[in-house]
Amino acid sequence: MTALGVAQIVLLLAVVVGCAIPLGAFIAAVLSGRRTFLSPVLGPVERGLFRLSGIDPAHGMGWRTYTVALLVITAVHTLLLYAILRLQFYLPFNPQGFTGMSPRLAFNTAISFATNTNWQAYSGETTLSNGAQMLGLTVHNFVSAAVGISAAAAVSRAFSPASKGVLGNAWADITRIVLYVLLPISLLMTAALLALGAPQTLLGSVTVTTLEGVKQVISIGPVAFQEAIKILGTNGGGFFNANSAHPFENPGILSDLIENWALLLIPFSMPVMFGLLAGRARDGMALLATMALLLTGFALLLYAAEAGGNPLLHALGVSNLGGNMEGKEVRFGTALSSLFAASTTATSTGAVIAAHDSLMPLGGLVTLFLIQLGEVIPGGVGSGLYGIVVFALLAVFVAGLMVGRTPEYLGKKIQAKEVKLAMLAVLILPLSILGGTALSLNTASGLGSLANAGPHGLSEMLYAWTSATGNNGSAFAGLSADTPLLDYGLAIAMILGRFAFLVPVMAIAGSLSLKQSLRPGAGTFPTDGALFVGLLAGVILILGGLQYLPALSLGPLAEHFAMLAHATY
Amino acid sequence: MNASTSQPDTASPALFDSGMLLRATRDALVKLNPVHLIASPVIFTTEIIALLVTVLALNDVVTHQPAGFAFQVAFWLWLTVLFATFAEAVAEGRGRARAESLRRGRTDLKAKLLVSPDRNALYRPVSATELRRGSVVLVEIGDLVPSDGEVIEGVASVDESAITGESAPVIREAGGDRSAVTGGTRLVSDWLVVKITADPGQTFIDRMIGLVEGASRRKTPNEIALDILLAGLTIIFLIAVVTLVGLAHYSGSALAVPVLAALLVTLIPTTIGGLLSAIGIAGMDRLVRFNVMATSGRAVEAAGDIDMLLLDKTGTITFGNRMATAFMPAAGISESRLATAAAMASIGDETPEGRSIQAFARTRFSVDPARPDDAQTIPFSANTRMSGLDAAGRSWRKGAVASVLANLSGAKPAGFDEIVDRIARAGGTPLAVTEDGVLLGVVALSDVVKPGIRERFASLRKMGIRTVMITGDNEVTAAAIAAEAGVDDFLAQATPQDKLDYIRREQTEGRLVAMCGDGTNDAPALAQADVGVAMQTGTQAAREAGNMVDLDSDPTKLIEIVEIGKQLLITRGSLTTFSIANDVSKYFAILPAIFVATYPGLAALNIMRLHTPQSAILSAVIFNALIIVALVPLALRGVAYRPLGAAALLRRNLLVYGVGGLIAPFIGIKAIDLVLSFLKVA
Repeated sequence: MTALGVAQIVLLLAVVVGCAIPLGAFIAAVLSGRRTFLSPVLGPVERGLFRLSGIDPAHGMGWRTYTVALLVITAVHTLLLYAILRLQFYLPFNPQGFTGMSPRLAFNTAISFATNTNWQAYSGETTLSNGAQMLGLTVHNFVSAAVGISAAAAVSRAFSPASKGVLGNAWADITRIVLYVLLPISLLMTAALLALGAPQTLLGSVTVTTLEGVKQVISIGPVAFQEAIKILGTNGGGFFNANSAHPFENPGILSDLIENWALLLIPFSMPVMFGLLAGRARDGMALLATMALLLTGFALLLYAAEAGGNPLLHALGVSNLGGNMEGKEVRFGTALSSLFAASTTATSTGAVIAAHDSLMPLGGLVTLFLIQLGEVIPGGVGSGLYGIVVFALLAVFVAGLMVGRTPEYLGKKIQAKEVKLAMLAVLILPLSILGGTALSLNTASGLGSLANAGPHGLSEMLYAWTSATGNNGSAFAGLSADTPLLDYGLAIAMILGRFAFLVPVMAIAGSLSLKQSLRPGAGTFPTDGALFVGLLAGVILILGGLQYLPALSLGPLAEHFAMLAHATY
Repeated sequence: MNASTSQPDTASPALFDSGMLLRATRDALVKLNPVHLIASPVIFTTEIIALLVTVLALNDVVTHQPAGFAFQVAFWLWLTVLFATFAEAVAEGRGRARAESLRRGRTDLKAKLLVSPDRNALYRPVSATELRRGSVVLVEIGDLVPSDGEVIEGVASVDESAITGESAPVIREAGGDRSAVTGGTRLVSDWLVVKITADPGQTFIDRMIGLVEGASRRKTPNEIALDILLAGLTIIFLIAVVTLVGLAHYSGSALAVPVLAALLVTLIPTTIGGLLSAIGIAGMDRLVRFNVMATSGRAVEAAGDIDMLLLDKTGTITFGNRMATAFMPAAGISESRLATAAAMASIGDETPEGRSIQAFARTRFSVDPARPDDAQTIPFSANTRMSGLDAAGRSWRKGAVASVLANLSGAKPAGFDEIVDRIARAGGTPLAVTEDGVLLGVVALSDVVKPGIRERFASLRKMGIRTVMITGDNEVTAAAIAAEAGVDDFLAQATPQDKLDYIRREQTEGRLVAMCGDGTNDAPALAQADVGVAMQTGTQAAREAGNMVDLDSDPTKLIEIVEIGKQLLITRGSLTTFSIANDVSKYFAILPAIFVATYPGLAALNIMRLHTPQSAILSAVIFNALIIVALVPLALRGVAYRPLGAAALLRRNLLVYGVGGLIAPFIGIKAIDLVLSFLKVA
């Protein structure tokens, strides 16, 4: 670990938080239908879209209608994407003449992009046409991100004393998020990436003569724009198989800093939006502080694990200077690779600039654990916010009892119904992650997918199920994922991780929004101070740790101790 | 009221005594019945697992395999369950003694059922169990009141010691605020015609018996929520442990069922799961010891939540009886002459006012006249509205200004009306004083705030509860007393409708309101309040409208009720936190123990340096069982509540039960491991 590396990590996170606060306020204003600096330009477009589609933004929805709207738009887009993937041969912009995806892979991919997971059991540049990438994947990057943010907005509104059962209008929210937030920032990012060297073209490939005089075909395509929303919407599905480690997706150190900033930006703005929509700005900042503190801690932990390098290589006389560089780009180095790995797993993005399979055992443990914590620090766009609200409810429930009052969060009493729904949501995650891993490690098909044996193999399989359930989408690699077991199994995990969590949370929002808002008094446990930040962080860590420590001890921990004893797998 | 009855320490018996423990042990065994245990999901799960391990251990014996370890695990798992049922049995046992004495008073009550609601009507003797709501009965001197009811005719003194423990009889009369009678109390004078207001089995005493026995106990809303949380955690750990079989199998290690059972039971929140119902029963019991009857546990929980307390001024904040606070002489008369005359007029006057005048004259002017030998006391009468003393041809009188003026021989001194006005405006009562028919001046009587009440309100404020005084006085008087008593707000010249409106307004603003009252006109406000405490001396209407009845009729008891409600929640929260925090240490004990054979490196996680894998697992299980018993006294007594702000309280409890819960089991498990290895058990 070097001071420079630590400074890089801490500084970038500080810049992210600094930008996320005004962005959160902006998103809250947009979703409340207030005038913003973009209204003169986008206002007419917005009104035109609403008139065209018959949306009345003032028509509020209850939690059921709102949830159904989110499910319907996801279902329609999943079918649409499935059709595009299967039929890409017959669709325009297919210069390489790629044939359609197999039904199984198309099913897995459609669900993966619709759930904001972007798990890729294929290589983009050798499987998908430019048309499928643009019309299929890029469009869905927008839709799935907007669905997540609007769900977060609905949950935020539930805490407002004015909500009275109404959580907003889902169609208006999705439209406004895309129009005012995702599109403008993506366009700015696209411009930056283009300037830094990312391609944006309808050509499929270029053929060049290398210095050695050999002809080489290099895949290109409409990369820059897809890259922008892939990062911004915490989607993570790369144009190329190498994802953001590919020089066309991430040309250099500057583009890397921009991408790392952008993938954290909206997730960190969500608690600010939450506070403003709920009418409790300070409580939103407490959630932001919890997220920022935990992420900084884990990023530094990951950096520490990587910067130390591999003691086995060191023993062979290989320099450890620069830390563990296996699977990392020399352009980015250990510190930024560690920060990106922590950011991408903590945000459910899943884009990678380094191979997570090649992280040190403890580094891999951090990435796994960050997803297993429930993707809440800060989590995916929107999903991280409604996830951390569930943890906040559970934390307040136990802590609230300790101050001798029926627990309440932001003035809403937490009673049996909310606890039941929160536990239901939380239960799904270990069931899918641990159940899926245990099951596949005991089938011939699952074992056949593993590239490594022993604890490292366990980590690979655990990572796949963790990533799918957490809607992260990054892969530990070293796993052949396009098998019937994993294609179908992980698709189910993705659906569970997204909707078996979202629906109970929306039901909680519905229940809370109907409750009377209690005034905070001296006897009310304050949820906007340092004590609550510490408590919430503790609850997230302990709850996550208690669920996954046994599995982690058989994976990365066993590997770590084995490594210290000079054994490899 | 009798001050000592509100002190729980004097009323509370020792936490345990041997006879009770014996009975509790027997009950604990009966409670092992799974049908009973299913109400507590965590302990039910533990019992199933204990059964499973026992069966497997027996199977090992039959198939001649070593079964010693499995039996040891099974033994401690059964003890875990037994300790949990024991905790509940002990809690119930403490309420039972009181229930027995109540029940004794209730059996074979006889009633005189009147054919028509008239004292002189014919009656026929029936058993109290035949009485229904609406029956009219005659109760005469020496009779036990057969059931709860409302006096519709007559006045009588009633000995209510059977329910209040207070031996002084109280007056019950038709009309007014003292018309309610309770079944099981005894008439010590006169007669009453009573209209029955409760069907058999639903009388006040029946409800009390149900409450203290815990038989009619239903889970409170918060308890249900907590139960769901615990059940959810149990399922999560079930998932973690069951899937671990698959992961371990892949890793090449086969996990034996007793080991998995040990891991699961030590992880699921058995500590709080086992103590939860004991905490609830003990909380109710604590309330009963304070002589407060709650209609439901829900009301007790709500008491912990209240933000605002509405108190009647008279009798609660002030003494109610008016006391002398100033002598205001007429022009030309000295203050000490007036004091002497007033003191003379009060000799032999044993009313609170009379005594207060004497006391005030003594302390302020050192005037303490002796009673003349031939003195004749003229008592106060509603007719004359004066009292005084005649001796040796002289006379001293004090009384209502109008009556005194009417009987005045001389002229009214100049400026007298201004003095009277001034006292009245300040909320006081003027008493005119004459000596030999000459008007000397006025004694100002005013309400006096109870000593110590200011401190009680201050401690309520620290709990986050605002106090509001309700009074029929005018604004000026109310403001003066409010400032003196240190209440946060007051409602002057309050009508019953004003009270109701005030409560409604606070509730719509999101506050929870408690109030206490006794009169029929308080009933709507009592019903509207989130916590309504009716006084035992109050009317039946008030008692039905409220959700608690204070047997001592002490309105400031609300403070204790709030504390008990809070203590109940704090105890649950603290033990839940403790239970969950304990889990961390159990991983460090059990995980290295079960995987060290497969991955020797994991021995590094055995930070407690436990001797053998078997002793590590057993130590965790034994600690998990013993901690339940160790915490039974705390569960019954409740975690101490301090009137601190919420943040300070949380910081304290998190430190004790959260951080303490993380550290304590490391020490405990290590200690048990040392004992086990010393005994060579494992």
